[in-house]
Amino acid sequence: MTLGKDLTGLEHMPPEQIRLILDTAEPFKEVSERPIKKVPALRGKTIVNLFFEASTRTRISFEFAEKRLSADTVNVASAGSSVSKGETLVDTARNLEAMRIDMVVIRHPSSGAAEFLGNRIASNVINAGDGQHEHPTQALLDLLTIRDKHGKIEGLKVCIVGDVLHSRVARSNLWGLTKLGAEVAVCGPRTLMPRGIEDLGVTVFGRIEEAIEWADVLNVLRLQLERMEKGFIPSVREYYRVFGVTQERLEHSPRPITIMHPGPMNRGVEIDSRVADGPHSIILDQVTNGVAVRMAVLYLLAGGRAELADAAKRGGAPGGSE
Amino acid sequence: MTRALLLTGGRVIDPSRDLDQVADVLIQDDKIAAVGHGLSAPTDADVRSVAGKIVAPGLVDLHVHLREPGNEDEETVASGARAAAAGGFTAICAMPNTDPVTDNQAAVGFIVRQSGRAALARVYPIGAVSLGQKGERLAEFGEMVAAGAVAVSDDGKPVASSHLMRTALEYSRTFGIPVADHCEDPALAAGGVMHEGLVATRLGLKGIPAAAEEIMVARDCLLAELTGGHVHLCHMSTRGSVAIIREAKERGIRVTAEVTPHHLTLTDYACEGYDTHAKMNPPLREAADVAALRGALKEGVIDCIASDHAPHAYDEKEAAFDDAPFGVVGLETAFAVAHTELVCGGGVLSLPELIRRMSTEPARVFRLPGGTLAVGAPADVVVLDVAAHWTVDSAAFYSKCRNTPFAGRGLTGRAVLTVVAGAIVHDLERAVAP
Repeated sequence: MTLGKDLTGLEHMPPEQIRLILDTAEPFKEVSERPIKKVPALRGKTIVNLFFEASTRTRISFEFAEKRLSADTVNVASAGSSVSKGETLVDTARNLEAMRIDMVVIRHPSSGAAEFLGNRIASNVINAGDGQHEHPTQALLDLLTIRDKHGKIEGLKVCIVGDVLHSRVARSNLWGLTKLGAEVAVCGPRTLMPRGIEDLGVTVFGRIEEAIEWADVLNVLRLQLERMEKGFIPSVREYYRVFGVTQERLEHSPRPITIMHPGPMNRGVEIDSRVADGPHSIILDQVTNGVAVRMAVLYLLAGGRAELADAAKRGGAPGGSE
Repeated sequence: MTRALLLTGGRVIDPSRDLDQVADVLIQDDKIAAVGHGLSAPTDADVRSVAGKIVAPGLVDLHVHLREPGNEDEETVASGARAAAAGGFTAICAMPNTDPVTDNQAAVGFIVRQSGRAALARVYPIGAVSLGQKGERLAEFGEMVAAGAVAVSDDGKPVASSHLMRTALEYSRTFGIPVADHCEDPALAAGGVMHEGLVATRLGLKGIPAAAEEIMVARDCLLAELTGGHVHLCHMSTRGSVAIIREAKERGIRVTAEVTPHHLTLTDYACEGYDTHAKMNPPLREAADVAALRGALKEGVIDCIASDHAPHAYDEKEAAFDDAPFGVVGLETAFAVAHTELVCGGGVLSLPELIRRMSTEPARVFRLPGGTLAVGAPADVVVLDVAAHWTVDSAAFYSKCRNTPFAGRGLTGRAVLTVVAGAIVHDLERAVAP
């Protein structure tokens, strides 16, 4: 089984492909634990990280994944590049492609930008976040981290808390989790819930207490402070009071709840530090797994076969030719 | 003086007189000279057998965007009028959101002169409601009407201020023209790029709720009631708007409304894959809205079909969905899409009803000549082949732009001959305008 040319989202990805990526990530985890964190799986491949939006964690995670697979990488940020001189997205990509690259990792503020690009260039395109649409590698690393913690995904109750309306992480998680058999709920102020979310097979909780009562896992989203300026919520103070994931609230839970956050966190806004740093938090495991999942995605899109990932890790190239 | 034209043996459908029968139509001296059986042609008349075809009053489109002046690379008065003729339209009304805005008598006169030079479909200018379409000060309705404007509108934008809309409706009464409004609450719609609903949620695109239109539809109806002015509601898209208009008409308010072929046939699912050719404002809505709009058109709650022909250059639409402009071209597909979907497919309208909604009614709404084959009326006539099957090839459009959501669609029915003031301006078989 292969992934096709691009990874633009999880909505249309079959469950077996999602499992393939997660299973392929397993052997790559160990690479990052070695003193010499490098395998030659993508030696000779050229990858461009094309970031039209600020990103620290995702960009660095991709860059580590690429470097640990021995790919040659170039980072292009919109500020200071020809993009800021009015070049269109397509022209930017075509120019890069004219330099004979193999893959583009793109983050863009417009929903659909990754798909748009993928339909217009021959290189593999990986979506590192497009507008409010999808952030598939984030959801994949979330899935892997949940699976590590609970040993399964099927049957788990996962609630996504916060600004679902503007969240690409929420959308990708929703698709990935439901495809792998988890029950999914969302919780937050109604002003930050997208229209028709119930029709996607998702439970909507209006109160955080109800979500805590129900969930095995809480994935707490970042609350962007500009939401207040746009009038979606009255104040950060009230948000924390009504929707904050706090130690006190979790103490009412009938069972321990696994705590996740895609970062960057606003401590004391959407999440209590005691919760974020507490025993049930797997927030830093998410970050660690991010590198392995992205190595798996890069490897598979480059044509690597899952069963050879172990061999690749020991020194083979995609397709096991070495 | 153009040569006399005798169209023989066609099925003559004239909704203005509830006429539907096989007859000959004689056109002489720019006018309909006779409709009847066995008409004899004057010497050297152009006699054409149109047996098996439909002869109808030329189609009238109350809502098109020609890009002249300002963006002549996208459309000119002449290219738009040529596209109109190809689509069976003999008269089109050009919205004033040009660059500069058509908000004064000189600008209106320019459109009239360009229309005269092109000598294709008639192009009637619509003047702006406010200077520069800025929504602040009224434009000079009286001078614009004297120069040839048939209505006023700030289309492309709503008249956001209720006070300005009120004064526009009051002031327009002196000149007997409608105020055509693009109904959209700007704060509710801000940043939206498609219909707010499940598809927008899945695609991660900011939605425009149905209420953004309906609030303004309700407001405009109330202001028309207050002022006694005639409000014309552009491109209605929601079932809620239909309900409000129905009630307003029952109360005797002077409101008329139009709907586009795309809002009658497509839903927000057309935006899947981030297809920018499905991005228009108002956005494509839901199946229940499409059903309500069709019912409203049948009943006459919505008076007519208008294309909202909005040309955009290839490069503008070849962009991320958020970045692409709103709008699609429609002049060359409007009749065929409506005929295929509403007459052949849906059984929503009979052919005479469709012609009424695309010719007689729009002419009545804006008080334009045309929409009739009555003897003595201007000879604006279309011959339609309603059995013709064809595939939309946007590269073959007379319009300068190709931004249609119907590219590649198989359609049934098209104009084969378009006559304006007695002169042939489109002849499909000869493929060239004389």
